Amino acid sequence: MSVLLLQQLVLGLLIGGLYGLAAAGLSLVFGVLKVLNVAHGELIMLGGYGAFWLFALLHLDPFLALLIVVPAALLGGVVLYWGLFGWVVRFPEETRVKNSLLIAFGLGVALQALAVRLWTADERSITTSYAGAVISLGPLSIPLVRLGSLVLAFVLIGLLDLLLARWRWGRAIRATAEDWEAAALTGIDVRRAYLLAFAVGTGLAAAAGTLVSVGYSISPSIGLEWTLKALIVIVLAGLGSMLGTLAAGIVLGVAEAVCATIFGGPYREVVGLVMFFVVLVARPRGLFAR
Amino acid sequence: MSRRGLIWGLVALAGLALVPAVIRRDDVLNFLFLVLLSVTLAQSWNLIGGYAGQVNLGHAAFFGLGALVTRTLWIVGTPVLPAMVAGALVAVTFALLIGAVAFRLRGAYFAVGTLALGEILRITVGNVLSEISTLPTLTIAAYRVTDRYYLALFLAALTVAGIALLTGTRVGLGMQAIREDEDAAEASGVGAFRLKLLALAVSTALTGLAGGLFAYYHISYYPEYPFSPHWTFDAVLITFIGGVGTLVGPIVGAVFYVFFKEYLAIRWVDFHLLIFGALFIAIVLLLPGGLVEGTSHLWRKRPA
Repeated sequence: MSVLLLQQLVLGLLIGGLYGLAAAGLSLVFGVLKVLNVAHGELIMLGGYGAFWLFALLHLDPFLALLIVVPAALLGGVVLYWGLFGWVVRFPEETRVKNSLLIAFGLGVALQALAVRLWTADERSITTSYAGAVISLGPLSIPLVRLGSLVLAFVLIGLLDLLLARWRWGRAIRATAEDWEAAALTGIDVRRAYLLAFAVGTGLAAAAGTLVSVGYSISPSIGLEWTLKALIVIVLAGLGSMLGTLAAGIVLGVAEAVCATIFGGPYREVVGLVMFFVVLVARPRGLFAR
Repeated sequence: MSRRGLIWGLVALAGLALVPAVIRRDDVLNFLFLVLLSVTLAQSWNLIGGYAGQVNLGHAAFFGLGALVTRTLWIVGTPVLPAMVAGALVAVTFALLIGAVAFRLRGAYFAVGTLALGEILRITVGNVLSEISTLPTLTIAAYRVTDRYYLALFLAALTVAGIALLTGTRVGLGMQAIREDEDAAEASGVGAFRLKLLALAVSTALTGLAGGLFAYYHISYYPEYPFSPHWTFDAVLITFIGGVGTLVGPIVGAVFYVFFKEYLAIRWVDFHLLIFGALFIAIVLLLPGGLVEGTSHLWRKRPA
């Protein structure tokens, strides 16, 4: 195996963690609320700009900024749920997915335009003092920031998994995802489970966005790309297991790296979309369905 | 189509046909061109997304294919009309291949599946044809907006009339039955798969022609540009804001959309998207019939 391919695989593994994190929030929201929030990528984008702002205005380290960005996003998620998605969950389940898709689409268009107004259409990224640091492993070099992002992705998803397994409301969220009517019968406040799941999903999006703005770059138009990445990962992973989602994210990152090495960089995006379409069609009910 | 609708349509058509003779201003013609192109783009989406109820988020792919084929053939000397027809044929062929597979998906899965397909095509075209496409100098010298305007008017009229006729037939009613309840439609003898394919084919043929018109209109652009998902988004926004699944909706929506887009763009680029995004959400949530139904409610509430 050539060094170049090996290096690409390492980079693919590193970005794969972010794909997993980006997908985890969307997966949670889709699994629990049965709402397909295609504006998830725009939420990631906003999280990235939040961290960018904190860095540019207050010189706050982006990894520390997570402590502000994520709680702010949790609140933002609550507001978004009350203002918008709380209305969508009142649709009957058959029309809910389609209507939520449309509404989230409108939201994405509006948020993107808003971001252009606030931050212009330029590409931005956070350049910390340690941005260029790499760990050398023989002929391979591993960017420190991206490695940190991968570790954080593992930590956050591990934490989420623990919350869903142990916390009282975590179990309520899982029960709601399984069968909301049965959950309601056992006395679970389904609406609150929805609210919590949506807020946590938004928080995860913002965390992913912060990491994107450190290791990579953000611009108002990245939303669609990240929504698609998250959807690809969800289709590969199925719903339910957060660790499975992270693993599928890494699979996507590595597959992209292999494709980019063989066919050239510009085709990086194509492999995921092809996998997405093939899996979706091979299982017409969707890997979404359990 | 009702008799009244037919009369209104013919009056509008006659009025628009007279515009270049009466107003000799290129900016007015360019504006109306954009409205007419948007009418075609949105109305063709309305057939598959509004009447047949299949949210196709890959609409731009067919617009782009029409533009690509038309431009290529036209630049090497083919007359523009046959080139546009060829573009539409390629778009339909692609649509049938895709549809045969994608129609196994339902609802939101069809939407995200077609979105992914559109993106695959866009990225591939952008990689293979990265050079900007510019018309030869002689063609630019002979360029007249009026020609483009009349072609746009013809295409918009063809689209509106074609969809008006189709949706009144048994086949068109079958498409609407699929939108309401696919299983019930199947149970009452509607061949859902065939009708969905037909709706997609007609829709993409018209979009492909619109793409050809785009290629005929623009002096230079990147071949990737007509494949951009924003063409799909424009069509969806226009259709829903005007009134999804109605004949008048995409027309009203297109006038409204292009006017605000051009008006706001003077001061704020892309600001219209903030307004239209919010308006779109409000309409899906509160007024599923769009502006057309909203205003007809207003009329009805008035005492007779």
